[in-house]
Amino acid sequence: MSNAATSLTLDPARSAPPQSKARRWLRRYGLPAFGVLVIVSWVLVAALAPLLAPYAPAAVDVTARLHPPSAQHWLGTDALGRDIFTRLMFGARISLLTGAVVVLVSAVLGTLLGAIAAYARGRFEELIMRVTDLVLCFPPIILAMAIAAALGIGTFNTIVAMLVVWWPKFARLARSLVLVQRSQEYVEAAVVLGLSPARIVLRHIVPNAVGPLIVLVTLDVGNAIITFAGLSFLGLGVVPPTPEWGSMVSEGRELIEQWWVATFPGLAILSVVLGFNFLGDGIRDWLDPRSRRR
Amino acid sequence: MAHYLVSRLAMAAIMALLSTLVIFLLANTVPGDPVLSQLGDLAASNKEFVAEWRAKWGLDLPLWQRYLIFLERLAHGDLGISIASQRPVLRDIADFAPATIELASIAFLLSIAIGVPLGVLAAVRRDSWIDHVARLISLLGVSAPTFWLAFIVLALFYGGLQIAPGTGRIDTIALPPPSTTGLYLIDSALAGDWQLFRDALAHLILPSTVLAAATLGLITRTTRASMLDSLQQDFVRVARAKGLKERRIVVGHVLPNALIPVVTLGGLAYANLLTGAVMTETIFSWPGLGRYTFRSAVALDFPAIMGITLVVAVTYLFINLLVDISYALLDPRVVR
Repeated sequence: MSNAATSLTLDPARSAPPQSKARRWLRRYGLPAFGVLVIVSWVLVAALAPLLAPYAPAAVDVTARLHPPSAQHWLGTDALGRDIFTRLMFGARISLLTGAVVVLVSAVLGTLLGAIAAYARGRFEELIMRVTDLVLCFPPIILAMAIAAALGIGTFNTIVAMLVVWWPKFARLARSLVLVQRSQEYVEAAVVLGLSPARIVLRHIVPNAVGPLIVLVTLDVGNAIITFAGLSFLGLGVVPPTPEWGSMVSEGRELIEQWWVATFPGLAILSVVLGFNFLGDGIRDWLDPRSRRR
Repeated sequence: MAHYLVSRLAMAAIMALLSTLVIFLLANTVPGDPVLSQLGDLAASNKEFVAEWRAKWGLDLPLWQRYLIFLERLAHGDLGISIASQRPVLRDIADFAPATIELASIAFLLSIAIGVPLGVLAAVRRDSWIDHVARLISLLGVSAPTFWLAFIVLALFYGGLQIAPGTGRIDTIALPPPSTTGLYLIDSALAGDWQLFRDALAHLILPSTVLAAATLGLITRTTRASMLDSLQQDFVRVARAKGLKERRIVVGHVLPNALIPVVTLGGLAYANLLTGAVMTETIFSWPGLGRYTFRSAVALDFPAIMGITLVVAVTYLFINLLVDISYALLDPRVVR
């Protein structure tokens, strides 16, 4: 859609009667705001878990095994009589932490490598791009699974395995963004001024190319949280009895009669991932008005 | 075109070779001595025996020589012996593959049959209720963890409402059809056993729907975005000016153009289906590669994990190659 005149004639939605201010705000910012609300609540829950939780996360009570949701145990108890509500709150810590760490570290690392590759060109660029090709020729979770299995079970090792799989997409995006910026006049001006390559890349090019990267980061946190939960579900994430959402679903996967054991941790994953997806969509619309409502 | 094909094929072959190197290195960074895990304490305390065993398996050779041996075995279809099943990994994979192929094919068909029309409707009726429904479905499909969705669907339709059959490929008391293809739907139809066919189909409904969810979201979103792009092209204006019916414009002119980007989703869709299969099959006790992967991961069965990773990586490469080639055929501009 190039000019306003055609958009008016071709797109009936645009010429709809003006809406009230509140409704317009809600249409535009409603979902992203909701996403922020969900994320902030989970962060608060994770931070304050020891204060808010009614029980200890590892407190086993064999007399209260598999109790359905009740006044004592709001979300019921699991096969060891542990309070699911409590474990859910503590589980938020691992999920949010791993999601944020995996995405932030691989974003910084990938962006740096991709930016340097695009700026330096030549051998280094070739090397980086072939390595990303190689990593990307495996389906992500399968490669992460193989690496996590090779490194041994544990939260840290699983994060390392995910980092190996995660950075290439940021490197590729950063490279293509920097390649575009590189031919811009302001870069030429900076070179003429005699600025160092490091300064040009970090202070001038990256800030100009950062928009799409931010979108990818937000949309990707949810993705990383699901993947980590998936690896935990496969027994390759946290070491029991650490409360973690993926392994909580795994513990309840055969308890169809006792549906509450697996249902609530899954709802927790769904809510936080939806939160990040809403927020990511919002940021994309905000940074790139052309993609609005797509 | 020929030049493009050759270079793409050569690239895929190089990547396949490199991926074997990655897997070899991964398998050889395993913490812990394979001698101890394979021989047991008594045999491992005998130094001569250990040296002999190392020589027999080539463990005393330098890494690059071991890689060559690994490649040679691979060329003969030898992926090693699974620790858990004590059978050749390749045989295990061949036995478990048909169940997954059947499940994944149905799921893939489902996601296209629903995703493409939904994406088209959402684009044509932009901002209407159907657009919002499509958006909600695709968001939920992408955001819900597959392993949880599988559980919920099973608990609801089998445990709660009792309108769907339980886990497995067929009823527990039923006998599998005589094996021709390993795909129960085809085998039972070939045998003329329609009751078994219905049973197998009923068992497929829940797991294939769950498996389709993530891919469905992806296809709906891409179709919608691509349709919106195509709807704004000049040729649409020309078609409208010619007075063609809107339905004819959308189906005959816009859709074929809009579907080209959807084809590139092939690789992503495959990766999605595969990851989904691991989770779905585990919940539904589906005797396929996914559950085999889950069991191998839980038991830390290295030869099996590495074998699966390799087979999956090579298939993934192959599918992406097919996608690239079909893309070049659909849109000759790609080749330049």
